[in-house]
Amino acid sequence: MLAFFEQYPIISALIALTSLSLVFGAVLGFASVKFKVEGNPLVDQVDEILPQTQCGQCGYPGCRPYAQAIVNDGDQINKCPPGGQTTINALADLLDVEAPSLDEEHGEESDVKTVAFIREEDCIGCTKCIQACPVDAILGAAKHMHTVIASECTGCDLCVEPCPVDCIDMLPVEKGLKDWSWELPQPANIIATDKKPHSENAA
Amino acid sequence: MRKIWDIHGGVHPPENKIQSNQKPIGVMPLPDWVSLPLNQHVGAPARPLVKVGDHVKTAQLIADAEGFVSAPVHASLSGKVVAIENRPIPHASGMQAPCIVIESDGEDTWTELQPCENYMDLQAEILLEKVRSAGIAGLGGAGFPTAVKLQPDANKKIDTLILNGTECEPYITADDVLMREQANDIIAGAQLMAKLLDNPRILIGVEDNKPEAIKALTDAAQNTAIEIISFPTKYPSGGEKQLIQILTGKEVKSGTLPSEIGIVLQNVGTAVAAFQAIKDGIPLIERVTTVVGRSLQIQRNVHVRLGTPIQHLLSQHGFDENNCARIIIGGPMMGYTVDSISVPVIKTTNCVLVPSEDEMPTPPPTQPCIRCGHCADACPANLLPQQLYWYSQAQDFEKLQAHHLMDCIECGACSYVCPSAIPLVQYYRASKGAIRQQQIDKQKSDRARLRFEAHKERVEKAEAEKEAKRAARKKAAEEARKKIDLTKSQPAEKSDTAKLDPVAAAMAKAANTKADPADEKAKIERNLESARNRLARFNHQLNDARNENDEARAGKLEPKIKQTELKISELENKLAQMAKT
Repeated sequence: MLAFFEQYPIISALIALTSLSLVFGAVLGFASVKFKVEGNPLVDQVDEILPQTQCGQCGYPGCRPYAQAIVNDGDQINKCPPGGQTTINALADLLDVEAPSLDEEHGEESDVKTVAFIREEDCIGCTKCIQACPVDAILGAAKHMHTVIASECTGCDLCVEPCPVDCIDMLPVEKGLKDWSWELPQPANIIATDKKPHSENAA
Repeated sequence: MRKIWDIHGGVHPPENKIQSNQKPIGVMPLPDWVSLPLNQHVGAPARPLVKVGDHVKTAQLIADAEGFVSAPVHASLSGKVVAIENRPIPHASGMQAPCIVIESDGEDTWTELQPCENYMDLQAEILLEKVRSAGIAGLGGAGFPTAVKLQPDANKKIDTLILNGTECEPYITADDVLMREQANDIIAGAQLMAKLLDNPRILIGVEDNKPEAIKALTDAAQNTAIEIISFPTKYPSGGEKQLIQILTGKEVKSGTLPSEIGIVLQNVGTAVAAFQAIKDGIPLIERVTTVVGRSLQIQRNVHVRLGTPIQHLLSQHGFDENNCARIIIGGPMMGYTVDSISVPVIKTTNCVLVPSEDEMPTPPPTQPCIRCGHCADACPANLLPQQLYWYSQAQDFEKLQAHHLMDCIECGACSYVCPSAIPLVQYYRASKGAIRQQQIDKQKSDRARLRFEAHKERVEKAEAEKEAKRAARKKAAEEARKKIDLTKSQPAEKSDTAKLDPVAAAMAKAANTKADPADEKAKIERNLESARNRLARFNHQLNDARNENDEARAGKLEPKIKQTELKISELENKLAQMAKT
């Protein structure tokens, strides 16, 4: 055996390399079967970042479909007004692309969070809003008054349009003591040229 | 001499305690009104038990604890409840919160108390209930409900009870004078608390800048196993985790409570409150507060009823509003300023500081961080303040958490040493708030995702069911048609014209669809029966109409009767025919 290797060094090198590649190939093949990842994990990651309002302003019927469109069809990442620039930045960070600004076509970013409120004396119990709500946050039955579970409402607006008597208002969420937190201090401008004009400072 | 440990960092700001700790604790005249916030403690706000217009007596329960981590509120003077509404509260936000406002009747009539002399013989559960119902919350400043801390946990043995008499923050001397004047009560309170916690060893930690307090406590603790330990003055030795490390050498793990390592820490003032609640039955309706600052003529400590507006407190001490730079609740390191002097003293108000402008000048403008690293040397929690500062500015919450921002105790030592006068703690507080908000949002969006998916699943299921039903109906219809085709196929085969001629096909179909003769007969009989009934009813109505001379109605009914009679005869004919065939 050894004598054979010594006699034919090229052939023995080939044998060695071939057997090595076979072994590694087998290991890799086994690993790819054993540790196979089902589905596209990137969709989950993108979905995680999206605000889950399920409002459909992006043109897809919910956040997950939009996530799928971003990952699979390469759709733009700036179509989510509820998430705003923060979400776009996070998505750009994840997908390693330049962060675009929000596409105004799909709506404007709003600082004020809203929650749907049904004026109960006007509600006729038509169940249209219940069917429209993507997160089942409206409670009620046919010909009975409906009401919104405020803690579950994502403020997506989808229930406002179908209401035949216009009894749904989008109210801003009240900020209480519990939601209060300190504000970040304004960065100091001690270099004269950095200073904003006085009027801006006052504003 | 007992071994004590040192903590990392710390600073030595001017103590400024001499102004207020030279006089005995004063007693305040009663205010005209008190405003008692429902949430003076950590946890859920209390639930009001009184209505506007009710007359209450001093120490009467006016709001009950709501949930486990909560504390009740008692009337701090007698009088009429004039409002239960949002009022200014001592809080950094300057916001308002629900308060019960009581107008004094000037008499201060007390409700009946339940004193207890032989309290050491009582069962632990009864003692704990007394502490709970007295509304005692940590008087050191955090305001955590004391009864919750004293609740023994079956899984964790508490082996050390530490009373915190450190009072490391400048200016504040409320605990100092309390220890001098009421050392016996503190010792008794400590023994009570120890009984609740299954008799652990008791340590009382006092900084060595309070020799009178140490002496008073040592005298009071003679013949007991309580150890009074003094240690070098350094800010912030009085932090919960810091004091535990100084006295025991143990570190409390990040994100856990001291009870995890068998330690419970209480403020000395809390011990006095617990003792009074059990022995004399007095709920927590007053506390010792330091009133200090150069804009006052008298600087001292006072026993003040909870809910007393700071305005009243200051006016009793010769407050010069024009000389006051700002009103600080708490000390200069960790306190916060309030805008309104109508905010009340609450359970956690240990100091009201009203410095003059020269005493506490406006901080110089912030300059850029020069990476000197003094803040890291000063940090008692062993964090890297300058890194936290950068990440706070960049709002990089992941990095902030990786650098343990949540372990920051907001003591302000880093801001104190910063040569660039950067308000570091404010950055950390803001970032902590943002992280907390982000976590809440995350939870909410996760819940929304779950609900959305459940909703989608439900809609899809309903759709699938509908689809299945539709398919079943379609299948049934097809089968029925096949049957028809089958019966139809014989005549259809005879003549091709039948197939082609739609009229003939329809007629054939009609002929074929004729159901079972027995069914047909039954149907005709049913129709006949109902027609007869109808006829009888019409005749009856006709009679009525005639009796009432209502010709118009009779005229209307007559053709109807005729029609029905025709129908009956037709049906009878059909029946006769069927009988023949």
